[in-house]
Amino acid sequence: MSRPTLAVWKFASCDGCQLTLLNCEDELTDLLRALDVAYFPEATRAASPGPFDISLVEGSITTPADAERIVEVRRLSRCLVTIGACATSGGIQALRNTADVDEYRRLVYPRPDLVAVLDRSTPIATHVTVDVELPGCPVDRHQLLEVIDALLHDRRPRLPTYGVCVECRRAEAACVLVSRGLACLGPVTRAGCGALCPRHGRGCYGCFGPQEAANPSALSDRLVAEGTPRRDVVHLFRTVTAGAEPFRREAARQEEARQEEADRS
Amino acid sequence: MRPVDVVRVAALARVEGEGGVTVRMDGGRVTDVELRVFEPPRFFEAFLRGRAAAEAPDLTARICGICPVAYQLSACAAVEHATGVEVPDTVRRLRRLLYCGEWIQSHALHVHLLHAPDYLGCEGVSDLSAAHPGLVARGLRLKQTGNRVLETVGGRSVHPVTVRVGGFHALPSLAAVKALRPVLAKALDDALATVRLVSGFDVPDLEHPHEYLALRSGTGYPMETGDVVTSGGSAFPVTDYGQHVVEEQVAHSHALHARLDGQRPFVVGPLARYALNADRLTGAAAGAAREAGLGAVCRNPYRSIVVRAVETVYAVEEAQRIVDDWDGEGPAFVDVPFGEGRGTLTGHGATEAPRGVLYHRYTLADDGTITDAVIVPPTSQNLASIEADLRTVAEADPDLPFEEITRRCEAMVRAYDPCISCATHCVTVLPSGEDSDHEKAGG
Ligand code: SF4
Ligand code: SF4
Repeated sequence: MSRPTLAVWKFASCDGCQLTLLNCEDELTDLLRALDVAYFPEATRAASPGPFDISLVEGSITTPADAERIVEVRRLSRCLVTIGACATSGGIQALRNTADVDEYRRLVYPRPDLVAVLDRSTPIATHVTVDVELPGCPVDRHQLLEVIDALLHDRRPRLPTYGVCVECRRAEAACVLVSRGLACLGPVTRAGCGALCPRHGRGCYGCFGPQEAANPSALSDRLVAEGTPRRDVVHLFRTVTAGAEPFRREAARQEEARQEEADRS
Repeated sequence: MRPVDVVRVAALARVEGEGGVTVRMDGGRVTDVELRVFEPPRFFEAFLRGRAAAEAPDLTARICGICPVAYQLSACAAVEHATGVEVPDTVRRLRRLLYCGEWIQSHALHVHLLHAPDYLGCEGVSDLSAAHPGLVARGLRLKQTGNRVLETVGGRSVHPVTVRVGGFHALPSLAAVKALRPVLAKALDDALATVRLVSGFDVPDLEHPHEYLALRSGTGYPMETGDVVTSGGSAFPVTDYGQHVVEEQVAHSHALHARLDGQRPFVVGPLARYALNADRLTGAAAGAAREAGLGAVCRNPYRSIVVRAVETVYAVEEAQRIVDDWDGEGPAFVDVPFGEGRGTLTGHGATEAPRGVLYHRYTLADDGTITDAVIVPPTSQNLASIEADLRTVAEADPDLPFEEITRRCEAMVRAYDPCISCATHCVTVLPSGEDSDHEKAGG
């Protein structure tokens, strides 16, 4: 039997999630044996026309040309996996979604007319059907390997649906929100990183995106009540997963409240 | 002789980010060279406005997943400069250790997996690991060591979480730092073996004439700090970067090219760093450079693979020195105060990313809100020189088969280890609708 083919695609992104695949140093040789790397421009010149058994897609859709390309990628792929916050929620470049993109263009480029770019950065699932979504900025290596392994063995990948708080408890890390009063998105953020930030003395900034049962309003009300300025709360929800709906909504709600406060005073 | 030919590398493989090369030739003469960029812009400098200075390291890290530490540390340097804060020696050394991890990781990836295939007749990772399993295994071991250093100091290797303006959110445990010792010792052997291998590669003859620009500091090979020096004899502080490195738009490629003092194309990165700091190499790195026959200056871009290998040796040794001296004592960070009625603040920061000098400048309101941001990444500074070298390569032997010219052009671009993701966000304009013929797999 021939080996399943793998393709790795890049849209608007930083390459960090693709690099995470190459960072599986211990597993890479076995992976190369189990999979036929048919398209991965960052790692090889060789390029097959497809179709592909597994497509890993990094990056978000930000140009008209890319909106067409992703449809073609979908057509060529048996199973399409989005890797990372860019592909799964629009990434940091979704910060433009609440701004005036014409102004952004003029700010950064001397010839703004040449910049063919969409007003919004959108996740892959906005455009095509996605089979598996992997969160994280970047994705976690172990979750990535788990997904590939699951696909190779025709089983469902085991990915956590609980939040970062659970990982803190498992690691017996002190809650930075309670013990140090730090603003932390752990209560509303999906697990996967092993509570990296709280274990390193800082609050979580939500790079794995919202967990399913997240209640961001309760968290931000508490942060505001404990003295975090509203602007900082808005910014907390607006970083690398700003486009994820629960975070987008909560940032907008806080922004509005901030405006009201400003109008009153 | 062919009348008008176009050598087009649809999508440039084995580089970070997406780009392509177009060389137009007319009767053996190159009429036009273009390093095209497919990467869509992500508007970092625009959305940084209105954010807090303290957010700059985490936000700008996302420009590049291959060299996030470079972005984090240039951002920290600029914000600290704006506020006049000096970080304690513990922080400085730990930053350097973190940077060593990034250099080892990035160089090991480029040297073994991205660049070496050009000299070994391979297409990429898959056939390379079948034909040269030992080389791939060694490259991966080295890369893993770099990642191990990054994880120890930074929490994770892509977009580390511990870096903050003023220092670190937390210091690594003494035991974790000391545990790097055996890994680094093994890495030193590996790094030296790689220098021996790549210095034996048969590379094309080429001497490029460009001016070299790098940082240089009081001690050691430049990484997290230094003033600017050039091979043409210029020297200036980082605060003057914007006056000397001027970006201009060139019609043929829709891209801004940086020029030195508005005129000369120049080169940043390993060749430049080495030419201007070879005397700062010590121990095994100095010996390896000598044995590899690098001389005081190396002007062949194809030989940059040797310099990267030597720099890897240096980074491993430097990491060893920091780890050996580390006692785990000292503050994790110093406060960087805002809101003290100092008015508008401006800060400049430059560090040596694996691919060369990375410059950040921020204008901050009194409360630390960013009101203006300028980021000049290494690859955009090299664009003009890459295009000049492409021209030389394409013109050298115009009667070669098309395929071969294509291959040579591709290898030339790769010798620079360009990071197109980095170059894009601020200086390169996306091809307009009609010529963004991004070709698909097999296209
Ligand atoms: S999700 Fe984060 S790490 Fe992954 S490509 Fe996007 S910016 Fe880079
Ligand atoms: S703690 Fe939060 S921000 Fe930090 S790595 Fe985990 S998910 Fe990302």
